[in-house]
Amino acid sequence: MQKIKELVIEKSLLFSALITIAVTFGIISVLAIEAFRFFSEVSIFDFFTDTQWTPLFTDKHYGILPLLSGTLLTSFIAISVALPIGLSISIYLSEYAPKSFRKTVKPLLELLAAVPTVVYGFFALIVVTPFLQQFIPNLSGFNSLSAGIVMGIMIIPFVSSLSEDALHAVPKALKEASYGMGATKLQTAFKVVVPAASSGIIVSIILAISRAIGETMIVAIAAGQQPRLTLDPTVPVETITAFIVQVSLGDVQHGSIEYRTIFAAGITLFVFTFLLNTLSYRIRKKYQEKYE
Amino acid sequence: MEKLKDKKLVSASTEDDITSKNASRIEAKDVKVWYDDFQAIKGIDMVIKPNTVTAFIGPSGCGKSTFLRLFNRMNDYVEGFRMEGKIKIEGNNIYKKKVNVEELRKEIGMVFQKPNPFPKSIFENVAYGLKIQGIKDKKFINERVEKALRQADLWEEVKDNLKKSALALSGGQQQRLCIARTLAVQPSILLMDEPTSALDPISTAKIEELIHNLKEDYTIIIVTHNMQQASRISDYTAFFYLGELIEFDKTRKVFTNPEKKQTENYITGRFG
Repeated sequence: MQKIKELVIEKSLLFSALITIAVTFGIISVLAIEAFRFFSEVSIFDFFTDTQWTPLFTDKHYGILPLLSGTLLTSFIAISVALPIGLSISIYLSEYAPKSFRKTVKPLLELLAAVPTVVYGFFALIVVTPFLQQFIPNLSGFNSLSAGIVMGIMIIPFVSSLSEDALHAVPKALKEASYGMGATKLQTAFKVVVPAASSGIIVSIILAISRAIGETMIVAIAAGQQPRLTLDPTVPVETITAFIVQVSLGDVQHGSIEYRTIFAAGITLFVFTFLLNTLSYRIRKKYQEKYE
Repeated sequence: MEKLKDKKLVSASTEDDITSKNASRIEAKDVKVWYDDFQAIKGIDMVIKPNTVTAFIGPSGCGKSTFLRLFNRMNDYVEGFRMEGKIKIEGNNIYKKKVNVEELRKEIGMVFQKPNPFPKSIFENVAYGLKIQGIKDKKFINERVEKALRQADLWEEVKDNLKKSALALSGGQQQRLCIARTLAVQPSILLMDEPTSALDPISTAKIEELIHNLKEDYTIIIVTHNMQQASRISDYTAFFYLGELIEFDKTRKVFTNPEKKQTENYITGRFG
């Protein structure tokens, strides 16, 4: 009787595991099939070289570059905000702050990531953009700058929390060795602790980038919906994710080429985040080996 | 006048009559230490002479490591740490408010229980102490690194691989590297917290020999659990028990004719 019970539990656990894998494969295969159909009508060469993305207009162009530039631009701005702030926070929390302070502040910081992104989006559109317009008069109502900054605030906890974990995992013996030789706290933090935790910090940054690239609501609301190949942060742009939202909400015909652009854009996005996640997984594995 | 005489007497009683200017005299006066409510050290007085090796022995939790870490203020980072009394090095109380702890630690090197090289190259490990002092003269750094590695008897083994990661060395080599790293900043006192407890007998023998040679230039205090080690390498032995200094005398005396019953029991292995 006991044995049957064990067997049932074992099989049901296996089944749940298989479901997740099956769902993932399902999503990837739908993406791949629809993208394949899309590329049977549009050449891959055009897809990567055309500088216009106008699948919903009568004069149709299918160049992913404007969407890609919008995505990379907003992500770049977000990382430029999140990296210095997140790293400073993590170094302060792990090396300077008293234990009790660290214990209260860390979960509070993680709350930043728990705020619904639609709230951030409206925050960017209604608060940050008007504020920035006081300094940058020609800033458009929709722009990648304020969307990027707010996205940066959202991903601060990705950088700070994971980096702090990595810094905190640096053996106390290394810090003591450094202090023992007359190093100050600052010297110890930057010459010993940060280098020793570098792989963990890099992983945190990659995951944050990956999160920024995949972020949807903030950019859809605040960055505009105008595919434009530009690096100017003051004008409206459109990211891959924002385009997918735009098409999904509009009424394009199921099975049409317009409909399939979602999947072409989606698979581009997927390839990016997949590569980043794989990279971070590799680095993390290497770093775990180092400490064991 | 009285005190001056005392000092002279002390230095005259060391084995070498000429006290190396590099070595320092350490004095502890009525030292008490608490961790929150727990009293770890219960009023200890001690004078350690220059150019000697002093061994701290005693069962785990007796306060010997805590006491050792007072000399370079390593306990400052422990939460709940509180201290009373005075510790003087060359006559200066190191627990005065004005003391620059970083400067102090350049004078008082420390070697830890487990080898703890930085995840950097062998060269960078030894050069670390010089570089954080802002020294940039490459020739000077190279010379100091080589000298320190020679002093730690590691130079011949690593001279062709100075750029290799220190983590690739064996445990014994790593510990000698840590000693070299400490020697590179030329301290006058060496604190060693069970430096051989994680090492094999051959590496241990090498480090013991090293300690013997370093005595000429340094004042060495070593915490050890190994009774034979204490008797082999030290000139003086201090026996700690439950936060008190039970006995402190010449090593030969402590091991052959201890004054206190507790010391005898511990040394003969009846407890601890």
